Amino acid sequence: MPSARPSHTTSRRFRIAAAVALAVALPLSLAACGGGSGGGGDTIVIGTKFDQPGLGLKNPDGTMSGFDVDVAKYVAKELGYAEDKIEWKESPSGQRETLIQNDQVKFIAATYSITDARKEKVDFAGPYLITGQSLLVKADNTDITGAESLQNNKKLCSVSGSTPAQRIKDKYPGVQLQQYDTYSACVEALKNGAVDAVTTDEVILAGYAAQSPGTFKVVGGTFSEEKYGIGLKKGDTDLKIKINDAITKMEKDGAWKAAFDKNLGPAGITAPTPPTVDK
Amino acid sequence: MLHFGDNAYDLVGAFWTTIQLTFLSAIGALILGTLLAAMRLSPVPMLTWIGTTYVNVVRNTPLTLILLFCSFGLAQTLQITLVDRNSPTSIEDSNFRLAVLGLSVYTAAFVCETVRSGVNTVPLGQAEAARSLGMTFSQNLRIVLLPQAFRSVLIPLGSVLIALTKNTTIASAIGVAEAALLMKTMVENQADLLLISGIFAAGFVILTLPMGLLFGWLGKRWAVAR
Repeated sequence: MPSARPSHTTSRRFRIAAAVALAVALPLSLAACGGGSGGGGDTIVIGTKFDQPGLGLKNPDGTMSGFDVDVAKYVAKELGYAEDKIEWKESPSGQRETLIQNDQVKFIAATYSITDARKEKVDFAGPYLITGQSLLVKADNTDITGAESLQNNKKLCSVSGSTPAQRIKDKYPGVQLQQYDTYSACVEALKNGAVDAVTTDEVILAGYAAQSPGTFKVVGGTFSEEKYGIGLKKGDTDLKIKINDAITKMEKDGAWKAAFDKNLGPAGITAPTPPTVDK
Repeated sequence: MLHFGDNAYDLVGAFWTTIQLTFLSAIGALILGTLLAAMRLSPVPMLTWIGTTYVNVVRNTPLTLILLFCSFGLAQTLQITLVDRNSPTSIEDSNFRLAVLGLSVYTAAFVCETVRSGVNTVPLGQAEAARSLGMTFSQNLRIVLLPQAFRSVLIPLGSVLIALTKNTTIASAIGVAEAALLMKTMVENQADLLLISGIFAAGFVILTLPMGLLFGWLGKRWAVAR
């Protein structure tokens, strides 16, 4: 019966269209539920690392410690949030820009180097710390003294795809590079003797050295310059000015040096002069 | 070379490593998986038990854990690096070979189960007939069961291969310079996250789509007519 065909086709088309619409709408509605706010009301959400000893570490009892954490706490206090109003959000390196852009955090202090590529996506307050790439070796190692001593087939470890790993590949082609997903894995490899040194920013290395005193040492000074800033939403000038003021105040009233000595002092590196904030 | 501003990335090289990882692991997994299937089908209880335990343990262990075990357990603790430790590329070679080993071991469990399901499609009468003709277990397997089994499971084997291709990205966890590691590098340097993800997603589609089509076609062409 020919007359039955068009209506059959229409209903079939409609069913397919409905199924497609549902398939698109369902994840969207779920995503809408999942979107967090950047800490509206009386709490503030701050992003930091949870696995970086000496900088941002979540302790087994749930408390947070580290230099980044102390800076973030000070800034939050200046913004009018007491310590118990802070909600910490883990911010792994690859997700930091996304967390800020999606308003899931108010700001991020997580070993966040200020770079031009990142400035395209987020704004930075600070810098609150200037560090640079360095080397972590076993305490009894004597043949690695700095970047120059690396050339003869030394084995280095760093985090996959990170800037320090790329720098080693580009500038020291004689070095063998092991890449792992985390610095903890690199430190484990160093402990096992599988690599001769771990390389990344000096303060990160100092954090690991401070965690197990006497096992490792940081050597060779720094051979790059990284400026750690506080990442925040692009265009939020008001917040940027407030955070910059807070950092300046922290550097002036001694809290900055106290935080550095407390968290990274045991590694044997002395507190540098605090950097001037870029207004 | 793929240019992004001032930076150039060896996209082809990274995907070539992915292809090598996939190809070598696929061969390893096919051999080991077929052996395991033979063990599980064998009349020797001990072999059956070993095969079953292997599949249940390995199939239920996360691949990341297996690869990290290869790197930390085998290479660092047990010193099984699969390379000459003094060679100038020992780390790179060791990681690659350990990744092939880990991926083969993991995928073999899935190949084993796929092949075993293929054997189940062969009517029981054939195995009985072969046995009554005086064929040994291994002759039965080689001449009667496996040739038919492989032909009937080509399409699911294709799915296992596609899964393996995508699983190679986990090798970046132990530092193998394949596509996922290059993607991490690019994400670190560039601002266009969506574009980068798009490029790599497209790369994997280009690799896996033809595999699916090829195995689909082979599966139809070599189907056992019964």
